[in-house]
Amino acid sequence: MRFDGTKDYVATDDLKVAVNAAVTLRRPLLVKGEPGTGKTVLAYEIAKAMGTPLIEWNVKSTTKAHQGLYEYDAVARLRDGQLGDERVHDISNYIRKGKLWEAFTSPDLPVLLIDEIDKADIEFPNDLLQELDRMEFHVYETKETIKAAERPIVIITSNNEKELPDAFLRRCFFHYIKFPDRETMQEIINVHFPDIQGILVKKAMDIFYDVRDVPGLKKKPSTSELLDWLKLLLAEDMPLDVLQSKDPSKAIPPLHGALLKNEQDVMLFERLAFMAKREAR
Amino acid sequence: MFFNFMDELRAAGITASLKEHLVLLEALDKEVIQRSPEEFYFLSRATFVKDEGLLDRFDQVFSKVFKGIETSYGMQEEEIPLDWLKAVAEKYLTEEEMAEVKKLGSWDEIMETLKERLAEQEKRHEGGSKWIGTGGTSPYGNSGYNPEGVRIGGEGGQKKAVKVWDKREFQNLDHTKQLGTRNIKVALRRLRRFAREGSADELDIDSTINGTAKKGWLDIHMRPERHNAVKLLLFLDVGGSMDPFVKICEELFSAANSEFKNLEFFYFHNCVYEGVWKDNRRRFSERTNTWDILHKYGHDYKLIFVGDASMSPYEITHPGGSVEHFNEEAGVTWLHRMTNTYPATAWLNPVPEKQWGYSQSVKIVKELMNDRMYPLTLEGLGDAMKELTRKHG
Repeated sequence: MRFDGTKDYVATDDLKVAVNAAVTLRRPLLVKGEPGTGKTVLAYEIAKAMGTPLIEWNVKSTTKAHQGLYEYDAVARLRDGQLGDERVHDISNYIRKGKLWEAFTSPDLPVLLIDEIDKADIEFPNDLLQELDRMEFHVYETKETIKAAERPIVIITSNNEKELPDAFLRRCFFHYIKFPDRETMQEIINVHFPDIQGILVKKAMDIFYDVRDVPGLKKKPSTSELLDWLKLLLAEDMPLDVLQSKDPSKAIPPLHGALLKNEQDVMLFERLAFMAKREAR
Repeated sequence: MFFNFMDELRAAGITASLKEHLVLLEALDKEVIQRSPEEFYFLSRATFVKDEGLLDRFDQVFSKVFKGIETSYGMQEEEIPLDWLKAVAEKYLTEEEMAEVKKLGSWDEIMETLKERLAEQEKRHEGGSKWIGTGGTSPYGNSGYNPEGVRIGGEGGQKKAVKVWDKREFQNLDHTKQLGTRNIKVALRRLRRFAREGSADELDIDSTINGTAKKGWLDIHMRPERHNAVKLLLFLDVGGSMDPFVKICEELFSAANSEFKNLEFFYFHNCVYEGVWKDNRRRFSERTNTWDILHKYGHDYKLIFVGDASMSPYEITHPGGSVEHFNEEAGVTWLHRMTNTYPATAWLNPVPEKQWGYSQSVKIVKELMNDRMYPLTLEGLGDAMKELTRKHG
């Protein structure tokens, strides 16, 4: 099994090597990068390219490690005991499988995505060390051990909100998706908008990289925002000369809502436009 | 295979372990890559580097090991910018060392000497340039602080620095190593004191099962969620001699902020007097009366000072001793008031413990705190937390 990107996803060479290493050795791949550079999408695309199912575990601040393994539904059992249901005698009726369990016992080798692992408590990755290393865990209620017949492909994403423990990092391959350069960006756009006009893309990319270069932006627009913006430009049938206008007082790009995601950034641009106008006078 | 590579990585501060090394060999064995240098580079990078801040350093090590090109990890000795030397010296020299260096003559002369020494060092030791810089083209880049770089200034006239380099191999195993946010958070976890407060929105399974068994019908019991109920007052010294410690204080602050819900912080300069502030930009216009704090926050709050306690002794002991304003009551009075109000108190000092003895004011403050002054290291922080969780009164 080799991953070479898909027709919808442009993978750089280093990313391919990292993914292939993780797939071959069946070790988790930890992916970091600016928001919107395609960390989560990567897992979808690997699953698609390999023709395997994707099991997604979205981590939240309240997520506990054991929820990924299984949960014991005591209340349902009490209720059934009350109603005299026969199921009550078998405790395994009340074990709710978690995402890891699902991945370990899936008939087809799955891709398991643990999304935004840094959102959870600081001990969360440590609690999963053994499970991810040995790909097995013990269910105390039924005294059985769940072991993965074949180690699933594990993709973990992190937004760097919390540092991850060293012991956890040692067990992973790591890839940092850096912000794509113009060439890669061009490829990505070609994949998403095959019939877009070349000149429009060029102008749009000029503006996009200019926006990214503005110092002091709270949130720099990233790949996904550029794609959204292009989609909007196409949908609105924006005439080319609007993008081409060199008028400095129009510092705010058209349909900026797709690129600038917070009001301080928009205000920054408005101020820049205002200053440019004053200078022009 | 590639042991040299691993050694070089470790020398450059990338913590490559045997585990990762074996993984790399396994990957090569299983032919993950087609034996091309680029792919080998990508593979080893994915294996060894776990922090994007170290990528640049990795690149330099890689090119050094596999192309036989000597690098100096970022910079040539003749290109050392003067500001940087100055900053390094200010940051890492103790006061006596500074004094010693100053004896040599004017600042510029010293810098010249320093540069020469660095150049000499370069020739004498192979790869000795390592200790000059850090990762990246900027000496204060992401990777920042390099322990070996610390004592550059120590050479200002002494030979002892050379020994210091040679003996710093185990620096990373040292307990006193610099704190990262994760380490700080783990240390602060000791302060967790769980309590159940607020609305009952969590199912209490044990009591539910008990109740159900007793009554014979489904008897649901709810309870409030467990959360950290510890309350913390943080007083941070800012400005002046604290400037070199800004980074570590920021780390401590961000770790504390995300760990404790009941955290109140205030800033002071050198010593606490009748007013403190919450916003450094408006420190003169928006002050909080220290009395108000003492009255507002209950005795169960835990009090932590963070400061170097390095000042003129008068700033603590005499009314009117403050460098910024005229204080009617001496700092010592205020420190007494605060420690009396809050029995659980600790002072964290970013200055290394060894240097505390040199400063009169540190001694005074330490005495005022009943010896509860701890260095801002992992170990010190752990001790401080132990002290704070002790039963008081």
